[in-house]
Amino acid sequence: MAASRVSCAAAASYRLFLGGRVSLARRQGVWKAAAAELQTGAVFQILRLRHTTGVTTKKNVAALRRETYTVDFIKKQIEEFNIGKRHLANMMGEDPETFTQEDIDRAIAYLFPSGLFEKQARPIMKHPEQIFPKQRAIQWGEDGRPFHFLFYTGKQSYYSLMHEAYGKLLEAEKHQNQLQAKGLFSEKTKDLIGSRWLIKEELEEMLVEKLSDQDYAQFIRLLERLLTLHGGVEEEFVQRFRRSVTIQSKKQLIEPVQYDEQGMAFSTSEGKRKSAKAEVVVYEHGSGKIKVNGIDYLLYFPVTQDREQLMFPFCFLDRLGEHDVTCTVSGGGRSSQAGAIRLAVARALCSFVTKEEVEWMRQAGLLTPDPRVRERKKPGQEGARRKFTWKKR
Amino acid sequence: MLKRMTRLVSGAQQLDPGRFWHGEPQAPQSLAAHLDNQVPDESPRATSCTSEADPARHGEQHEGRHYRIPLQDLGTVFPHGLPPRFGMQVRTFNEACLMVRKPALELLRYLKNTNFAHPAVRYVLYGETGTGKTLSLCHVIHFCAKQDWLILHIPDAHLWVKNCRGLLQSAYNKQRFDQPVEASSWLKNFKTANERFLSQIKVQEKYVWNKRESTEKGRPLGEVVEQGLTRVKNATDAVGVVLKELKSQSGSGAFRLLVAVDGVNALWGRTTLKREDKSPMAPEELALVRGMRKMVSNDWHGGAIVLTLSQTGSLFKPRKAYLPQELLGKEGFDALDPFIPILVSNYSPEEFESCIQYYLENSWLQHEKAQTEEGKKELLFLSNANPGQLERLCAYL
Repeated sequence: MAASRVSCAAAASYRLFLGGRVSLARRQGVWKAAAAELQTGAVFQILRLRHTTGVTTKKNVAALRRETYTVDFIKKQIEEFNIGKRHLANMMGEDPETFTQEDIDRAIAYLFPSGLFEKQARPIMKHPEQIFPKQRAIQWGEDGRPFHFLFYTGKQSYYSLMHEAYGKLLEAEKHQNQLQAKGLFSEKTKDLIGSRWLIKEELEEMLVEKLSDQDYAQFIRLLERLLTLHGGVEEEFVQRFRRSVTIQSKKQLIEPVQYDEQGMAFSTSEGKRKSAKAEVVVYEHGSGKIKVNGIDYLLYFPVTQDREQLMFPFCFLDRLGEHDVTCTVSGGGRSSQAGAIRLAVARALCSFVTKEEVEWMRQAGLLTPDPRVRERKKPGQEGARRKFTWKKR
Repeated sequence: MLKRMTRLVSGAQQLDPGRFWHGEPQAPQSLAAHLDNQVPDESPRATSCTSEADPARHGEQHEGRHYRIPLQDLGTVFPHGLPPRFGMQVRTFNEACLMVRKPALELLRYLKNTNFAHPAVRYVLYGETGTGKTLSLCHVIHFCAKQDWLILHIPDAHLWVKNCRGLLQSAYNKQRFDQPVEASSWLKNFKTANERFLSQIKVQEKYVWNKRESTEKGRPLGEVVEQGLTRVKNATDAVGVVLKELKSQSGSGAFRLLVAVDGVNALWGRTTLKREDKSPMAPEELALVRGMRKMVSNDWHGGAIVLTLSQTGSLFKPRKAYLPQELLGKEGFDALDPFIPILVSNYSPEEFESCIQYYLENSWLQHEKAQTEEGKKELLFLSNANPGQLERLCAYL
């Protein structure tokens, strides 16, 4: 049992290492892969994979050698992955049958904690289909004749897709003419909100072919023209090329309103800016008094600019004299303390305000923490950007 | 803010240079219409200004209103007494308007009921920076000037303990130091303020200035002042003589004396002045300061002492200190004890409204939003009803 576990661990580590290396290579390289879902039916033999890296320096000539992934190799990888998954589930004490990819990710993050900033450089264990780049199947038979009739165009999948889409367009036009002739013409507008067209990179990945910008634009124009016509059949065809867009604002966290002993409604929240942290309590009914660390805000912030920062959330919501605020702030300088309090106040006000106003605040930038931090000083320079005085001699 | 901007643009109003209709959005009118609208002239000003020019008759009904000081009075009553920012405002508006506020009214009431047989009572105006202590003092001084008191006004005692160029060793007492520049400038202003008294009051001793000059007994006080002005070396001694004479003669009943010192905490703090050997000097070693301390003690009668604490010009005191104990220190507090403290605080909502109205009438606030409620709320928030802050804000609005 121990031996098998060790070997599994070795296999898992090999896959992990390979996954990292290949994903790195994939970003750098140009690869061709099989457009299996577009070619219906035939199964093709993979002979060789042409895989090039973008590194062209003399040192890395060895890396230019193209890597081959045979079908058997991929199958073996998949088997090893599945076995490794079951062993991992066993290790974590979970049920191997219901061990999903998310559980795998969590388990790997637990077993191999990494402090690297680049998420793609950390250890991963994913299905080989996601790790190994898609292979383009060999497109000609033993006699040398290509299988696809558009092979000699150079971009066979792209042109066959265009061909298909144009065929559907003609059909839809014919259908629409028939409807118009019969008089059953009805206006139907499709709702496209919440989704977007595929971007060029996603289309390339789908077709397993390099495209140019003009090709991509032509294709999108064709699809849009298809959308303007009617006919329910094309819906699924078009939906294959749209992705949904999640709306950012729905993720805004709204603090709950709390009530203190006297029954006064208040809401607490925190805010940060650079290295200043602020914690704020906003009372719903008040007269516009603000106390910072127990001191009146006029004395704590003698500079008008800081007080304007405090004023901004209230002024925006037209609630200037209506709330009382008590806050504690530490760290940073005067400007970052003012910014931290402003963010905290805006977040606290979310609980007293309607959803539309929360959305307006988000668009105004009141609820976004300012990501700017101090840039580090680099060696060989005097500051973060300033270089030493350049002397000619 | 974008939504608010559209609201701003649609609600923009033209500000007419005439002050008659500051609240109504109208296009500039013809002359006939001008004359027709003369009648409601007083009503916009009634909210922020009052026509009562005599401080003696100010009461609660005038609270929050501005009253105008005639410009020729300014020259005689306040030769040096107005704060610089207020002086700039006076020059800009071509009129000097002070707001009547509660602390000043309280002080006036006390002053009207003073018993001149008792020792002089000390009143100390204290409060946070920018709340209006100096201007309340000016209000009181104007009242006393109108009532024909003799005003002994030191506009800022901090100027005597810092940044003094020419320090001389006193001839009168070897341990003390003279400040000829400050003393002579003060004497000049004292002379302008109290011309008529200088000939009435007679000196009660003989004072010998040097081998050739002396002032005989019975000569008018004006001569001492002249002596100090012409012989700058003796200016400090002249000041000392003046103070001594006034103190001894105030009880006689010929005149009533008001001692008004702004920034009295300077007399008991530290100085930034140094002796020749770079060692720091204590305020006791300055002759002017010693004289003033004697003046501020309550061992004389026939007048009143009104003092103001000030952190703004003070030395070595934290910014947030405003209480008498903090600013005066133990020594000063004991020296001034007992006194009547009067707190000067920020504007009340009515006073704030009145101040804004005053600025609007003088066309000082040119922003369209300044007349709207939102604009006023913004100003209130930014200044927190502090008069000094509000004035600084409005300066650039």
